[in-house]
Amino acid sequence: MKMIMNIINLIRKYYKFILITILVYLLIEILSGTTPIVPRLLTRYYIQILMFSLINIIMTVSLNLINGFTGQFSIGHAGFMCIGAYTSAYFTTILFKAAKMAYFPQLALFIFSLIMGGLIAAIAGYFIGLPTLKLKGDYLAIVTLAFGEIVRSIVRASDEIAAFLNQIGLVRFSETIDKISGPRGLSAIPALSKFWLVYVISILSVIIMRNFIYSTHGRACLSIRENEVAAETMGINTTRYKIIAFSLSAFFAGVGGGLFAHVLRFIHPDNFSFIKSIDYLIYLYAGGMGSITGSILAATGLTILPEFLRVINFQQWRMVIYPLLLIILMLRKPEGIFGNREFSFLVPKRKEVN
Amino acid sequence: MVILELKDLCCYFGGLKAVDKFNTQIKKDELVGLIGPNGAGKTTVFNVLTGIYPPTSGEVIFRGENIGGLLSHKITQKGIVRTFQNIRIFSNLSVLDNIIIAYHFRTHYSIFSGILRDENYHREEEEMNKQAMELLRLFNLHTYYNNPAGSLPYGEQRKLEIARALATKPSLLLLDEPAAGMNPYETIKLMELVKKIKEDFQLTIFLIEHHMQFVMGICERIMVMDFGVQIAEGTPPEIQKNPKVIEAYLGEEKKDVKSS
Amino acid sequence: MTKKQLSDSINNNILTYNKLTNWKKYLFISVIILFFLFLYILSFGIQAFLQQLVNGIQLGSIYALIALGYTMIYGIIKLINFAHGDLFMFGAYISCFLGNYLIAHNFGFPFIVVLIFSMVVTALLGMSIEKIAYKPLRFKPRLAALITALGVSLFLENFFALSPENVPFPLNKIVFGPKFLPFPALIADKTYNIFGITINNIKILDIIITVILMILLQYIVKKTMIGKAMRAVAFHKDACLMMGININNIISITFGIGTSLAAAAGTLFALTYGQLQSPYLGIWPGLKAFIAAVLGGIGSIPGAMLGSYVMGISETFATSINSNFGYVIAFIILIVVLIFKPAGLLGKFTKEKV
Repeated sequence: MKMIMNIINLIRKYYKFILITILVYLLIEILSGTTPIVPRLLTRYYIQILMFSLINIIMTVSLNLINGFTGQFSIGHAGFMCIGAYTSAYFTTILFKAAKMAYFPQLALFIFSLIMGGLIAAIAGYFIGLPTLKLKGDYLAIVTLAFGEIVRSIVRASDEIAAFLNQIGLVRFSETIDKISGPRGLSAIPALSKFWLVYVISILSVIIMRNFIYSTHGRACLSIRENEVAAETMGINTTRYKIIAFSLSAFFAGVGGGLFAHVLRFIHPDNFSFIKSIDYLIYLYAGGMGSITGSILAATGLTILPEFLRVINFQQWRMVIYPLLLIILMLRKPEGIFGNREFSFLVPKRKEVN
Repeated sequence: MVILELKDLCCYFGGLKAVDKFNTQIKKDELVGLIGPNGAGKTTVFNVLTGIYPPTSGEVIFRGENIGGLLSHKITQKGIVRTFQNIRIFSNLSVLDNIIIAYHFRTHYSIFSGILRDENYHREEEEMNKQAMELLRLFNLHTYYNNPAGSLPYGEQRKLEIARALATKPSLLLLDEPAAGMNPYETIKLMELVKKIKEDFQLTIFLIEHHMQFVMGICERIMVMDFGVQIAEGTPPEIQKNPKVIEAYLGEEKKDVKSS
Repeated sequence: MTKKQLSDSINNNILTYNKLTNWKKYLFISVIILFFLFLYILSFGIQAFLQQLVNGIQLGSIYALIALGYTMIYGIIKLINFAHGDLFMFGAYISCFLGNYLIAHNFGFPFIVVLIFSMVVTALLGMSIEKIAYKPLRFKPRLAALITALGVSLFLENFFALSPENVPFPLNKIVFGPKFLPFPALIADKTYNIFGITINNIKILDIIITVILMILLQYIVKKTMIGKAMRAVAFHKDACLMMGININNIISITFGIGTSLAAAAGTLFALTYGQLQSPYLGIWPGLKAFIAAVLGGIGSIPGAMLGSYVMGISETFATSINSNFGYVIAFIILIVVLIFKPAGLLGKFTKEKV
């Protein structure tokens, strides 16, 4: 009973926001030709681009948790994505054949697989967080980079791992691991990432991360960024919160990876190399560390922008001009386009206390 | 009643004996000062007390409990808090947030509560906001509550740091050069403030300071350190006349040293 | 065992390990390494062992030349110069073009001329990059410079990878194109066979030139005024400003020396392997050399040398066992080393003053 009251209150409080998100979704649906009135302006290709933007939003905001809000330096984010992608695909493609299921069980399985992807990535995040006890700054960065590459190596070695499991007698398990077929890539992943699902999940993810930041636990992370020694002396267990930041961030990166796998329908360890981690770093810094708004806008803009450039047939020059723009941005405005600022609706209203 | 006891406290960095066999006792509700030339090891004593460095040997006993070697946040949770020589406030956060962070370890709502924004969250947040604003009002900083802490003038930043320390509800407050960089008027105001908060919050205060007017003006008892060892201890008048102290600060002089 | 008991026992073990006196520690580590080497010899035979050892030293030499540049630049402005690997690539290409030209004109002793020329030209490029992209960010947050370095790296790779056909004059004369280029044989290839180990005279040249350059570098850093100034600026930039040292010049010189070493590595690399894959060839060697520098303690010149040889040797041994393993061994060694020596093998943490 109380839960329902809570939900009704929430809806009442945030009706504007909910309305806007529903309208945007309906707009996109209409433009994709669902109604007979409006012609199909958004082809499946563009919808896919939109889905990638949403996934990149999840990835960038989760990276922001570690780099922007907790002030750490993690450059192996694609590793968490890889874990999430493969775990999720494992459940929907290898363990259970989701393609052959009915609608609701399929949906349930998919969501379950996403959560599992996130959880396993979070466990990895926990183990990455542990070295933060001893390592600082650049050393931590290189460890995160190493982590990303080790994850990829493990996936590429799936054949050997399967053979080993076979030898020690876990034959059934070994067969499933073998199907991961690391170096050849995992294909025939069912297209379970429907647009509405990706849309809802990305909005939820951003809300959850935003709520975390504007709570006492989020503030603890902020204080670590601001001045770690002072935070420690104000009674905050900085190691614990660094680990929490890593785990939470990894969870969402894993979910993003799972969604990614079911849009692309084929994954390969090379999709998740440190070059991909660098992509997210670029989105993050361009948008401004410590700004959720910046992450959202940069991730969307930089995912969609190449498509415009493709139209003008600038294919080769794209990767020459991008970095140049990035350099110019950094020279002019090192805090990123949004710096520290947020859209006002993201920041909670401070009650006037008298 | 003895609240803090340092027994043969040593803190060595390789061959450098920053603190060497430091012994002292501080009673509850005392206001004790620690002075000495630069590099004497005073801040190192504070750092060991607050868990930033582990003691090489010796004991730190706070309220009967040996806290030597504990992690900083645990020590703060037990009731010892400090301010820093070079101000360490959270510059990009608002003034109010700086205070509220100090309440963090006393809040109970979980991460899930924070995400789902349930009753616990709202209740505790409101409580923290209220207490923080009261504290700011006491320090006359409440008009700045929404400004980024780094935009405050220097003197106000110092006050903010002290206010933030008080928000942890400590029993023992360590002040590391609170009057650094202040003019005579500000120093007098700070002396009044320190005396007031000692009364209102029932604190024991242990402070490091170079500003002699400040030290002699409010400390009940003073310890003097040089080269890591304690060379004198006593009331302000006793310390001013102590030849060892004079020698430590000025070398062997035949001139009279006027107390400032 | 409760979680607390477990973590206590782990902490105790690490504490006990640290309490061991230094020579005992080194003995312990040497014994472990010798044990693994012994296992290898048992499995593959002593000839294979020596063969891989020689190959490893050769590989390590190339890494060393690159890693030295990374470590010098990091030491002096605390920047991880992501573009360093691309300067290595640039040096290789310059040597290629000059080499072709000299051979076409029947110039005697082309190798030395090519080596020195590419070192000089690359140094000039490196110093210009520093002046344009890094100097303006010298007193800004470090992350801005890092992202700029990333941008420079991406720009260099992709710019030089443009096909000359698609590029307007005059730029089409400069770009290298994305296809592979054969490298001219500047030195006649001779293979020797000693004790059953195959050694190439070019690989020997790699090692000799590296040693010569390292000795030269040590001389400059330890025995000249400029070297002293470099060490001073690396130690405390602000104090040097007040001592009347022109830190701009010192930083430029450091960049020049560091990048010229990378160019030497590029030339040797191209000569050894006989061809240039593409302008992206600098990415992986650059990354591995960077890890080698961190392994040895970033900022420490002897550390970079040590780390590189450790990397080179372990990589060749690991690749001979399993190619996937060879790829990931670098990261594993890195993590193991950082657990026991958080600042790298020879590195020192600069303690934050509280």
